[in-house]
Amino acid sequence: MTATQAAPGGVLGQRLLRKEDPALLTGEAQFVADLNVPGALHAVIVRSPVAHARILSVDVSPAMSVPGVVAAFTGKDLEGEWAGPLPCAWPVTPDMKSPAHLPLATDKVCYAGDGVAVVLATSEYAARDGGDAVAVEYDPLPAVVDLDDARSDRVVIHDELGTNTSYVWELTPDQAAVDAAFADAAHTVHGHYVQQRLIPSAIEPRGVLVIPQPFNGEYTLYSATQIPHILKVMLALTVGVPETAIRVIAPAVGGGFGSKLNVYAEEALALALARKMRRPIRWIETRSEATQATIQGRGQIQDIELAADAEGRITAVRVKLLADMGAYLQLVTPGVPLLGAFLYSGVYDVPVYSFSCTSVFTNMTPTDAYRGAGRPEATYAIERVIEDLARAVGVDSAEIRRRNFIKAEQFPYSSAAGLVYDSGAYEQALDRALELSGMDGLRAEQARRRESGDRVQLGIGISSYMEMCGLAPSRVLASLNYTAGGWEAATVRLLPTGKVQVVTGTSPHGQGHETSWSMIVADRLGVGPEDVEVLHSDTAIAPYGLDTYGSRSLSVGGVAVAIATDRVIAKAKAIAAHQLEIAEEDLEFRDGAFTAKGTPERSMPLGAVAFEAFTAHNLPDGLEPNLEASSHFDPPNFTFPFGTHVCVVEVDTETGLVSLRSYTAVDDCGVQVNPLIVEGQVHGGITQGVAQALFEEAVYDEDGNPKTTTLMDYLVPAASELPSYVTDSTVTPSPTNLLGVKGIGEAGTIGSAPAVINAICDALAPLGIHDMAMPATPERVWRSISEARGEEAKGS
Amino acid sequence: MIPASFDYVRASTADEAVQRLSEAGEDAKLLAGGHSLLPLMRLRMATPSLLVDIGGMRDLSYVKDGGDSLAIGALTRHGELARNELARREAPLLAHVAGQVGDPQVRHRGTIGGSIAHGDPASDLPAACLALGASFVTASPRGEQTRSADEFFTGFLETALAPDEMLVEIRVPKSAGATWSFQKFNRRAQDWAIVGVALARNGSTRIGLVNMGATPLRATAAEDALAGGASPAEASSRAGDGLAPPSDLSASAEYRRHLARVLVRRALEEAVAG
Ligand SMILES: Cc1cc2nc3c(=O)[nH]c(=O)nc-3n(C[C@H](O)[C@H](O)[C@H](O)COP(=O)(O)OP(=O)(O)OC[C@H]3O[C@@H](n4cnc5c(N)ncnc54)[C@H](O)[C@@H]3O)c2cc1C
Repeated sequence: MTATQAAPGGVLGQRLLRKEDPALLTGEAQFVADLNVPGALHAVIVRSPVAHARILSVDVSPAMSVPGVVAAFTGKDLEGEWAGPLPCAWPVTPDMKSPAHLPLATDKVCYAGDGVAVVLATSEYAARDGGDAVAVEYDPLPAVVDLDDARSDRVVIHDELGTNTSYVWELTPDQAAVDAAFADAAHTVHGHYVQQRLIPSAIEPRGVLVIPQPFNGEYTLYSATQIPHILKVMLALTVGVPETAIRVIAPAVGGGFGSKLNVYAEEALALALARKMRRPIRWIETRSEATQATIQGRGQIQDIELAADAEGRITAVRVKLLADMGAYLQLVTPGVPLLGAFLYSGVYDVPVYSFSCTSVFTNMTPTDAYRGAGRPEATYAIERVIEDLARAVGVDSAEIRRRNFIKAEQFPYSSAAGLVYDSGAYEQALDRALELSGMDGLRAEQARRRESGDRVQLGIGISSYMEMCGLAPSRVLASLNYTAGGWEAATVRLLPTGKVQVVTGTSPHGQGHETSWSMIVADRLGVGPEDVEVLHSDTAIAPYGLDTYGSRSLSVGGVAVAIATDRVIAKAKAIAAHQLEIAEEDLEFRDGAFTAKGTPERSMPLGAVAFEAFTAHNLPDGLEPNLEASSHFDPPNFTFPFGTHVCVVEVDTETGLVSLRSYTAVDDCGVQVNPLIVEGQVHGGITQGVAQALFEEAVYDEDGNPKTTTLMDYLVPAASELPSYVTDSTVTPSPTNLLGVKGIGEAGTIGSAPAVINAICDALAPLGIHDMAMPATPERVWRSISEARGEEAKGS
Repeated sequence: MIPASFDYVRASTADEAVQRLSEAGEDAKLLAGGHSLLPLMRLRMATPSLLVDIGGMRDLSYVKDGGDSLAIGALTRHGELARNELARREAPLLAHVAGQVGDPQVRHRGTIGGSIAHGDPASDLPAACLALGASFVTASPRGEQTRSADEFFTGFLETALAPDEMLVEIRVPKSAGATWSFQKFNRRAQDWAIVGVALARNGSTRIGLVNMGATPLRATAAEDALAGGASPAEASSRAGDGLAPPSDLSASAEYRRHLARVLVRRALEEAVAG
């Protein structure tokens, strides 16, 4: 720790256990699937088994003869239900092409998993049997799964668009300067990387339950979502129910990682069917269904070039991206590459920059935001290609980074891509990570193993990352054509007994906001965190909010909570001054009480002020009763967390098996409200990056058939595959918000994948192996080694 | 899990179970630990009309000294076998392999009888039974029958069991694995092997392979080479000879052959050193 975290009430910075956990650990917490409503109809979606086909006919009548089935509808049957298509909120360019996307397909299916019919029954079993009975005739079309093939328009997926290219987006502040830098460069290096598709795999699949209220045409919609507020607005527009008639509740939600940051067909269907049937409608996703019907992450092909001078100082970065949108544009699908577009220069002081992205449709599940969204991809590219630069210049991985780091004194730093980085101390994090990982001893062991020709080789990989998060300044979002803002709302009220109620517009689904927001409020008010109740994720209780994604909740929503708390204190101070008959300037607020400066006997605890505010018997003239204040905080900038990760791998050169021996992470997310929660985010984040590097890939065959449709085929790593991480942090406060905080929800994922792959390449460098595709499966590593050794992969 | 509908009965003796099976015909299935059958039913790849639950037959859960051999009840859970003192002493390879199956939850539910009767080439215990020269005792309306492991696995997920036959006991010669090795190669601790090798030596060497063909099988080419005096390196180079391992998401056939050679060599080295 390099900075103190001392704060007024002394609560900030404590490793408090999470308030949320007892209910989760004992099974008390209620997820959507736990909600049982009498009379609910269970919905099963009939999905296309093929990737691309015209629908010749859909016959739901066999389903109707299955006992328990109440109704069944085709896409055509429901066409009249929609006031609009499923929304895409991020038209990144004015001419972006977006196909009409209805909750059920009518004429054509565009990916395996596209819904064509829905069956409603009195039990899940009957609904599933009914779904199996629906007869659909398809006329198969050739499938597009390769991104270059998609771009060629050999087969056009959406006839009405005339092309598979959705958009081309460019960021080239000074193309001539970039070209000149490459012409003058002493060294140039080029990296070509594939970001494989990933399946988000939250522990709880999706689910939705819509209950029509008996009067007034109102609906209560429970959804396993990250975005109850956005969902409410979007469903109103898609289904044509007035916004005032929809109440959205996100009950306990078992993780999202971006996969529940969406407006899904099933949510729209459940609402429309509740309206049509006048009965509660319940849909619970199965795990296998989730591998097709829930958005997938990544799916990019990257080309990155660096120009550098003779000492290896980077003079320009040039990036070309080909991004896989999948079959349709979901809520923020097209924006994901943009979230990385500004960051391909990473932690380095790069004078000129150019980026362009071409995004194409394919016959696969739509992609969208997945933990890190665009930023893990960007970090991977720069942190991989800089290793090539180090080799070209003849310096080691740490030295090439030191030569290029943005220096601590350069902050706030204006990047060539047009961002202003708030604060940073990049070299300090690198130094600490190298020290903690025991780099000197590791290099010695590596040398010994190389010399003795050990079957198991050691590799050490470094990744220094930064990212932009905390979505976001609304004006910046406007400049990127995002259709909503990036503010967050909070209300803080003191109750008559001195307890505190906080209403937040964030929607936690594993992040521990109840604990952290309580700590922020307790710290400022001088009450105990247990005295603070946090209400969230229900649009009737928390009407304003923009929800939880993009590592925004603390640096936007948490700051709004702090601001609202300070407003409550200000009002309380006026009441206390009135009661104590003293001027406000002569009062100070400390340890939960207003006390006269110099005469500590004249004091009034906050709880007493709260009670006075409630009874309103003796308030200053003109002051309204009660202690309640709100904030709608729009941040002036993103926040820019950073850090360095060091990964050590052992590679069995006979089998190609890579095992993690140790993993050290030094992350800086500014001031930490609760270091225990920060560490939890870092651990989970690292694991998801390691998962991309070594284990996970959504595999499709050439006909667009998904092959990884169970968790036996799609390998999510567990604790037994991972070492105990060594984590530490530096603390460089963000100057752009009251709390000095930055996001940490995605940082671990953003930093980790390149550290792992760099480590593998380091282990195999003596063989001349300098690149390894992800995931680095044993077979893939074995093949590289066999090729490098000039062996035919043997076998008959 | 939302399987197709089925009838369910619980049987308390092997005789009752096989009686139920023979009455119900081919669509009935025994249910032991459920850890192979239920995943198939979840995907509706298995749709039995009747499940005869034998999971409650605790009297078929045992490890007994049978003189020259060890007798293991078909309903013995993997975890029980892994921890059993007698098994660890007299059939250490088998006890060790049982401890490597899946994860603790799987080992708590899955039974040795279910694992063998399922006949999955990817499972570990059948390969160990082949290496140890085990034999299987079954019950059916026609009486008791004993078959050697070598004649038991007949095709992909197919065994010599008749539809109304139940595996009741596994017999493992005590002397079979004087020295032994088990090499399980996978990417996650909880997974089936991509390739596995169970090797038992006592004078001669028997090698069972996991996931190297349509059934659990033996590396006969390597065994023959060893019998003919080949070195471990030479013999292991023949570990994949004559076999047709599958190509799937976790490995190509070619890579599996390579793994078989590496793992058999490692197994031989370990068993010789041990
Ligand atoms: C997540 C997971 C991981 C796993 N990992 C591994 C692994 O690494 N290695 C491994 O080897 N296995 C693994 N398994 C499979 C596990 O070992 C199963 O328990 C075993 O294969 C089947 O035993 P069971 O008792 O569960 O059988 P069940 O699933 O109940 O039955 C399987 C089949 O055998 C039949 N059957 C069951 N008992 C008898 C009997 N006594 N006589 C005749 N027929 C019978 C049933 O009718 C059915 O057809 C894994 C399973 C899971 C779910």
